[in-house]
Amino acid sequence: MDIHEYLNNDYFLLTLTFGVYFLAKLVRKMLQLPVFNPILVSIAFMICFLTIADIDYETYKLSGSKIDFWLKPAVVSLGVPLYKQLHSIKHEMVPIFMSQLVGCLVGIVSVVALAQYFGASRIVVLSLAAKSVTTPIAMEVTQSIGGIPSLTATIVVFVGIFGAITGFRILKYGHIGMPSSQGISLGTASHAVGTSAAMEHGMEHGAYASLGLTLNGIFTAILTPYILQMMGII
Amino acid sequence: MFRQLAIIIGCLAVGEFITWLTGISVPSSIIGMLLLTFLLKVKVIKLEWVETISNFLVKNMGFFFVPPGVALMLYFDIIGKEIVSIVLATTLSTMLVLVVTGWTHIMTRKIIKRIKGKKL
Repeated sequence: MDIHEYLNNDYFLLTLTFGVYFLAKLVRKMLQLPVFNPILVSIAFMICFLTIADIDYETYKLSGSKIDFWLKPAVVSLGVPLYKQLHSIKHEMVPIFMSQLVGCLVGIVSVVALAQYFGASRIVVLSLAAKSVTTPIAMEVTQSIGGIPSLTATIVVFVGIFGAITGFRILKYGHIGMPSSQGISLGTASHAVGTSAAMEHGMEHGAYASLGLTLNGIFTAILTPYILQMMGII
Repeated sequence: MFRQLAIIIGCLAVGEFITWLTGISVPSSIIGMLLLTFLLKVKVIKLEWVETISNFLVKNMGFFFVPPGVALMLYFDIIGKEIVSIVLATTLSTMLVLVVTGWTHIMTRKIIKRIKGKKL
């Protein structure tokens, strides 16, 4: 009997993915390190495992698709926190919408322009456009404009960790001190990972960060194709 | 739990239908999310009908993208070649977004306060 046959088993590969993520979350809780991101660690581990066990990506994809099927329902579920925050949007409608619109535009235009300036290829530029928003949304945007969704996923995690680690320092240099402004900036620039960093500073930070995360997600999803068209990229 | 799942998947199905019908490039999941928010707002759906499953899905959202992230192993050559432009563009852009978003938020608040102050 060849063990390799079993390593291709659907339920084995699913259990391994669940197990690695669970352990990674446990370790992060113990170490309190933002760099030790469970998503990134799980991806790295699975790539190492598949390479060593000589399983090709297409085989893993068949098992993995049972997990990533739930990405879209998870994005739909974001409607619940959005509904819960509707009252704070009403309360401060114009500043929130203006900062989201500007943040979204600057996020897309600057990353695309900078990537082109530094000589990135077209497919990479397309995969970078939605880098500021939460992964499932970013991956869907990349898919719809013809980039590489899994490249976007990695970049999104990188952006999130970068924002969580350096965010408050950068905001301080920019003389942005109000909790609501700090929160909304973190959520807009670095999605869920930035939001969790904001949560640690207090409830107001956290509430505004999740507002930024959700609204920039919506704006980016809707506007990216049109902005890229105007920039003459697609 | 059955009703909870049915509502979430149902919103997604409507989102898929709208993107299929109109051909717009907005993700179907975003349309489903806005639809769910709307249905909650107009009280067609009660919060407790969807709260448990949506909390679970939102909290564990990160896990669902491990498999698509693994597809990265197919693109090591592209990333290796363009690592410098990728890292520079994303870090600089993230810093810009942080500062510009915060500034806009502060400035708009100030302007609105001033306008309201004049009216009084």
